[in-house]
Amino acid sequence: MDSTQLLFLFSSFLIVSSAVNVVSSKNLIHAALWLISTLFGVAILFAILEAGFLAVVQVVVYIGAIAIMFIFAVMLTRRENLESGSQVNKSWPFALLLVVVIAAAIGSLMLKWDGMNTLPVQIAEGYDSVASLGAALISPDAFVLPFEVASVLLLAALLGSVYVAMNKK
Amino acid sequence: MNFWSDPINTIYESLMLTFTGWGLDGALAQIIIYVLGILILITFAMIIDILLVWVERKVVARFQGRLGPNRIGPFGLFQPIPDVIKLIIKEDTTPANADKLVYNLAPVLSLGSVLFLWAIVPLAINIYGVDLNVALLYMVATGAFGTLSIIMAGWSSNNKYALLGAFRQVAAMISFEIPMVVVLLIPAIITGSLSMQTITNFQTENFWFFLVSPLGALLFLISAIAELGRSPFDLNEGESEIVSGYHIEYSGMKFGLFYAGEMLHAFTFGGLLSVLFFGGWHGPWSSEIPFLGVVYFCAKALFGYWLIMWVKYTVPRIRIDHMLMFNWKFLTPVSFALLIVTALVHPLLRDAGNWIYVPGMFLSNVLVVWVTVEVLRSRSKKDRTVAETVQAVAHH
Repeated sequence: MDSTQLLFLFSSFLIVSSAVNVVSSKNLIHAALWLISTLFGVAILFAILEAGFLAVVQVVVYIGAIAIMFIFAVMLTRRENLESGSQVNKSWPFALLLVVVIAAAIGSLMLKWDGMNTLPVQIAEGYDSVASLGAALISPDAFVLPFEVASVLLLAALLGSVYVAMNKK
Repeated sequence: MNFWSDPINTIYESLMLTFTGWGLDGALAQIIIYVLGILILITFAMIIDILLVWVERKVVARFQGRLGPNRIGPFGLFQPIPDVIKLIIKEDTTPANADKLVYNLAPVLSLGSVLFLWAIVPLAINIYGVDLNVALLYMVATGAFGTLSIIMAGWSSNNKYALLGAFRQVAAMISFEIPMVVVLLIPAIITGSLSMQTITNFQTENFWFFLVSPLGALLFLISAIAELGRSPFDLNEGESEIVSGYHIEYSGMKFGLFYAGEMLHAFTFGGLLSVLFFGGWHGPWSSEIPFLGVVYFCAKALFGYWLIMWVKYTVPRIRIDHMLMFNWKFLTPVSFALLIVTALVHPLLRDAGNWIYVPGMFLSNVLVVWVTVEVLRSRSKKDRTVAETVQAVAHH
């Protein structure tokens, strides 16, 4: 076992155990903090795959913005952060069945996939993935259209929120 | 290979020979050496941190017309040692209804978010933790952990003041992050890279970015001060209103970690200012003798730290609505305007040679400043006229 495998085992354990805690924790703030730990584990996975840009963006966007917004929303809207009562409702056996079926389906698909047994391709020395990503985002042969559509969508959301929050006289 | 021209690799190879000579596996030896390297880097940062306590106390004393620590050692230089001992032996208190785990994790994460930064700081031409190709974004990402640690501290203390302080700090950090990220794009545009090492190398070979983007350096400094939560943006602590904000309930070494983190953070941002705009480790003979580069880097970082202290101890705290208005209605538009101007002027002048490029970029910055000042002047004139008319009406 080499260090990459150890790191992978560690981060997958972190992701899965934190994800379980996100849904099972009774305290909403704790759930949000566990969510952050899950997202950080995913960032480690990206880093293992030499996708440094995605790893860092994962932290900036998901932990730095979204998770902190979650915590804010919980703190500002709830007086009591503790969830009382049972955490499952009466349709839990059906949900469990569905989960087992989906897990079995995904598992069997993964076993058939020959990518399971291939090692990751080593990225050539001196290959600048960030520069290639930047070029791809603005190249007409690649992703310039989706990129611009996403920007327009974000701008619309921005304007919409300003309009909603504006003090109408 | 010479120790003085390439210290890290020399040490690495001699350690590798030693460890494999003991019969250790090569891969394991590599991991051990990396861990040792990380420990040495952190120790270096923490020793600087201890000295910074003295620097900070001495400088604030000068600004306030006092002597500062002067009893222990020459110029009070050993003062931090009793300070640290005091912090360690103080009682460690935990509030009654605190969330224990989160409460204890927050100070660690706070100092950790600063130490994460040291992984990418280039100390000299071949002395650095890692040459990351997304270093500028990584820097923003570590800031997210700083914000998180403050929320955790404020919430888990079970104290209203702490929570208020955390809210204020997070509001400041989230909003001032935007001009900072935009300004970070300026060195990225000029060098075409997000790596700190590439940015510094470019500056050693050509010119310091301070010359082509003085406004960018200023905007970075302002947003860094806000990110640090230092005066005039220290609403998170506001002693007169919320006692000391998010770390009100912490005592002993847990408070010490917040304190050490804040100091090292300021020093590190001084260093990043020097890396991005003042050539980092660049100086006479810094490429031949890396240790000189470390000295230059620390000197420039201390200069940046001194600028931050100068502002902190001179300017009073501003109101929170003024602070957010200042960010959203002034800093953010100016930084975007600067980014657009830089992105337009840079490709135009890029091939014209440094003697045209540097003055051209400098003038474009001056233009942005001039337009900003003119806009502000006409706005304030209009506001003044409105205020005067209202007064005149009220008078009649």
